[in-house]
Amino acid sequence: MAALTTSGIRNRTRARTEWMLVGVAVAALLAAPFFLYPVFLMKMLCFALFACAFNLLLGFTGLLSFGHAAFFGGAAYFTAHAVKEWGWTPEAGILLGVAGAALLGLVMGFFAIRRQGIYFSMITLALAQMFYFFCLQAPFTKGEDGIQGVPRGHLFGFIDLGLSLNMYYFVLGCFLLGAFAIWRIVNSPFGMILKSIRENENRATSLGYSVARYKLAAFVMSAALAGLAGAMKALVFQFATLTDVTWQMSGEVILMTLLGGIGTMLGPIIGAGLVVALQNYLATSEFPVTIITGAIFMICVLLFRRGIVGEIQARLARGGSGEEV
Amino acid sequence: MMNAQAVAGGAGVDAEPRVVLSARGLRRDFAGFVAVKNVDLDVHHAKIHALIGPNGAGKTTVFNLLTKFLAPSAGRIELLGRDITHTPPAKVARLGLVRSFQISAIFPHLTVLDNVRVALQRPGGLGYQFWRSLGALDLLTPRAEALLETVGLQNERHRLAADLSYGRKRVLEIATTLALDPKVLLLDEPMAGMGHEDVGIVAEIIRDVARDRAVLMVEHNLKVVADLCDWITVLQRGEIIAAGDYATVSQDEQVKVAYMGTAYD
Ligand SMILES: Nc1ncnc2c1ncn2[C@@H]1O[C@H](COP(=O)(O)OP(=O)(O)OP(=O)(O)O)[C@@H](O)[C@H]1O
Ligand SMILES: [Mg+2]
Repeated sequence: MAALTTSGIRNRTRARTEWMLVGVAVAALLAAPFFLYPVFLMKMLCFALFACAFNLLLGFTGLLSFGHAAFFGGAAYFTAHAVKEWGWTPEAGILLGVAGAALLGLVMGFFAIRRQGIYFSMITLALAQMFYFFCLQAPFTKGEDGIQGVPRGHLFGFIDLGLSLNMYYFVLGCFLLGAFAIWRIVNSPFGMILKSIRENENRATSLGYSVARYKLAAFVMSAALAGLAGAMKALVFQFATLTDVTWQMSGEVILMTLLGGIGTMLGPIIGAGLVVALQNYLATSEFPVTIITGAIFMICVLLFRRGIVGEIQARLARGGSGEEV
Repeated sequence: MMNAQAVAGGAGVDAEPRVVLSARGLRRDFAGFVAVKNVDLDVHHAKIHALIGPNGAGKTTVFNLLTKFLAPSAGRIELLGRDITHTPPAKVARLGLVRSFQISAIFPHLTVLDNVRVALQRPGGLGYQFWRSLGALDLLTPRAEALLETVGLQNERHRLAADLSYGRKRVLEIATTLALDPKVLLLDEPMAGMGHEDVGIVAEIIRDVARDRAVLMVEHNLKVVADLCDWITVLQRGEIIAAGDYATVSQDEQVKVAYMGTAYD
């Protein structure tokens, strides 16, 4: 009984420290553009949200998608097209990107969730490649050039996103909203069922849960949030190109998530931050970026399979139970 | 179906015998190999029915067929008067036929309490609510704790299920199964790997549960079968070779041959 109460108190203090850490992190993000290059920060935020959305599927539902670039890059195209060709406001453009990615997720998910394990991954990869070729051929994506010169426009018609600070806080807001949505989903009754499916799919079925429906719902949510990240990226860089729909992009988000820690809230954010920072650093140096990131990926998988955050959490948990003894 | 459910779901202990689950001509082929052949089975309300047979006889396959985890190659299955031959497995579970697994099936990285709450979550649409906090599940806690208490797991409710001993995991699986309040329970070797004490607890639970439910169980421990079960079906190489009460079945010549060399404890 005594052990129970102490563990209860420990849980509560841990929850409080976690909230304090979140507060500190948000404060740091609010101040960051005064110290660091805003476009670089916004790129980090976009990829961080992308990785979090991916992790909703891999970490909390147990589905490894090899095709998430389709949602990220697809939404970028949809948003860029709506804003540039149709003159939509940025928020409407982003909503269209999110909706398009969700629809794409519904179609891809519908075919993929029928299969399990590696077959699921292979189908997502195949469907994403089909989408890549669609983007290569479709006239609205402008082929190899991509959609260039996308205006950032005015948020709600009066906030000029051309100013980089305005744009930064808009992206930060979207990121926080997306991250909160993921946190909410993971820690909800629905998230509980997703976890149980991840843990033991047959058991979840035998409890009466139509597993396929839950997986599809998670897939669509993940796709929509990945789409939000891609849509923001299109506005930040003011272009949408084929790079964001390639299989390499699907691989990159896997790398970020694994590096940071699968199934942790913070892991994908840290992983994305590190990879983006590294790419930025290497871009100005002589080193070949892909080889370096590939090497890091291998080292990570070999040395700490739980990822950075996962490894820290495991250490802390071990320390915590040590106290109790 | 409404009718059967209304009868089965009556308040108080309703022990009137009747068939709640029946299979006719059940068959399953695996790439040319016939794992289950021509199996007829009637499971009665308020009775404990054992399915026994040597290793590889096809007992688990029969369970998989009845619960629709595997599609039958031929045959027909009826649950509470309703044809479920082509019903998907989750739907079968929702209709009241719930199984446990031969290899302990729990959610290892959820707490013991959450394992049971997951089972309680589906009715009322709590399964799909992604916008609410986990506090929404608090109303299920008293019922989950009561279930844990009946199996003696109340002191371990905040531990991760993965940290339980093998026998306790099986006990947790049974508590989770009971949480669904099924009409028909299929238990695949519920006592395998359990300590002596847990075997006693589980036997008592099964006896208690079967007062107003049907139980079909696979069990290798013939002493448990003799003590607990009202009816026994013996399976060998996918076919039924004998059926009856313990006295009848244990005197059957074919059964004796099938069990030759098998420990009789
Ligand atoms: N998915 C499958 N694919 C191919 N063969 C299978 C499959 N499942 C079961 N079998 C075969 O069917 C036969 C019956 O297996 P089953 O698991 O039903 O036996 P069992 O009576 O439950 O045995 P045990 O007492 O060892 O649990 C075995 O020969 C097994 O190898
Ligand atoms: Mg078996």
